[in-house]
Amino acid sequence: MIDKRVESLEAAVAGVKDGATVLVPGFGAVGIADNLLEALHDQGAKELTIVANNSGNGDHGLARLINSGRVRKVICSYPRSGDYSAFLKAYRAKSLELELVPQGTISERMRCAAAGLGGFFSPVSAGTKLAEGKEQREIDGRLHVFEKPLKGDIALVKAAKADRWGNLVYRKSARNFNPVCAMAAELTVVEVETMVELGTLDPEAVVTPGIFVDRIVVAEPLKIRS
Amino acid sequence: MTVDATARYTPLTRHQMAWRAAQDLPEGAYVNLGIGIPTLTSGFVPMTREVIFHSENGVLGMGGPPKPGEEDEELTDAGKNLTTLVTGGCYVHHADAFLMIRGGHLDFSLLGAFEVSEKGDLANWTTEDAEFPPGVGGAMDLAVGAKEIRVLMEHTDKKGQPRIKFKCSYPLTAAGVVKRIYTNYAVIDVTPQGLMVAEMIPGMTLEILQAMTEPKLQLAPGYKDMMPPARAA
Repeated sequence: MIDKRVESLEAAVAGVKDGATVLVPGFGAVGIADNLLEALHDQGAKELTIVANNSGNGDHGLARLINSGRVRKVICSYPRSGDYSAFLKAYRAKSLELELVPQGTISERMRCAAAGLGGFFSPVSAGTKLAEGKEQREIDGRLHVFEKPLKGDIALVKAAKADRWGNLVYRKSARNFNPVCAMAAELTVVEVETMVELGTLDPEAVVTPGIFVDRIVVAEPLKIRS
Repeated sequence: MTVDATARYTPLTRHQMAWRAAQDLPEGAYVNLGIGIPTLTSGFVPMTREVIFHSENGVLGMGGPPKPGEEDEELTDAGKNLTTLVTGGCYVHHADAFLMIRGGHLDFSLLGAFEVSEKGDLANWTTEDAEFPPGVGGAMDLAVGAKEIRVLMEHTDKKGQPRIKFKCSYPLTAAGVVKRIYTNYAVIDVTPQGLMVAEMIPGMTLEILQAMTEPKLQLAPGYKDMMPPARAA
């Protein structure tokens, strides 16, 4: 019998290695697997590369990992969101590297990795400072920039409901980066509020099919306000 | 250039600028609103029109702010403010939200800006402040993808210097993309023949407007005086 549920947050993040690339979905404070990020902090992996839209807030989750010196690099579109003092301090101290990527390019690079493709040409950022050092090519008269796929060693996904096969549904705009991150990592770990019986989720409405999911842990959402 | 010091005019408020931009959104349009003044636009679409607002974090059919008691922490807009979904709206994941932006599926992208050039170059992502990390967010995606890019911004900067320039001084978000500019003084179209003033606020003259604008302005063939509603909010 397939049962992807694990019993603890510790088991959910077991085995993350130093130097791992961690996909961290979420937009602002919405759709973030806060419990899994805390568990990753406790797990201890360091020299991490984080892929996220923002750069963490306050001193929890991603910000706490940064404050503890565990993050080597952040790949994101907009670090300047909310109380990003943890990131700012590390950025000014040059203790971490920032790779700034246009927002849609981040998710498409992950989708590309998920789809087994070697990259894509995008008109976004072509001819700008963010395209410096990248291959640029005119396609049908328009300048494009080559973007590489972006694959994670682990994705820390937040969903509303899961069944034991790992089929997932989300809530409202908390969906955001979660489905694409779930597809783009070697190991996809999901934090959910509720497990439901197999067959309960409407097959027409499953957003992430279980094939992309490796581990599921049930956890009360942390009450964090940023 | 001499400016008539006796001229009297009242610049549009941010809400009036948003009102003006909203009047140009046709029935059935799919529209993304950038952070800042553009966000206010959704409140001014004429009631008789259905216009569908898209939010980059994966909301298609975004409504206004929630009423007290209807707030949902898992429903936010691009500026991370709480928002609502209209009847008929739906949620999409992030890669699809940006596919809609990049792939030309949106009719209009309304953006804020630091500067716009006479060729429609847009600078709205960085002022290169060395003290802070740069952030681009969805600015570059929004600037190349929609069928038409329009900018809402104050006509001059805090020091009174023109923001409509021969050439942008800040790094570009995208080149040659802006088609229409709504400022607190005028509506200006970027055309192959140059910048054409489509409307000006009451009391504004082309001479005064020109003094606050670097490139040459011309009155558009269909020029009209703007008739803004009384100050909103």
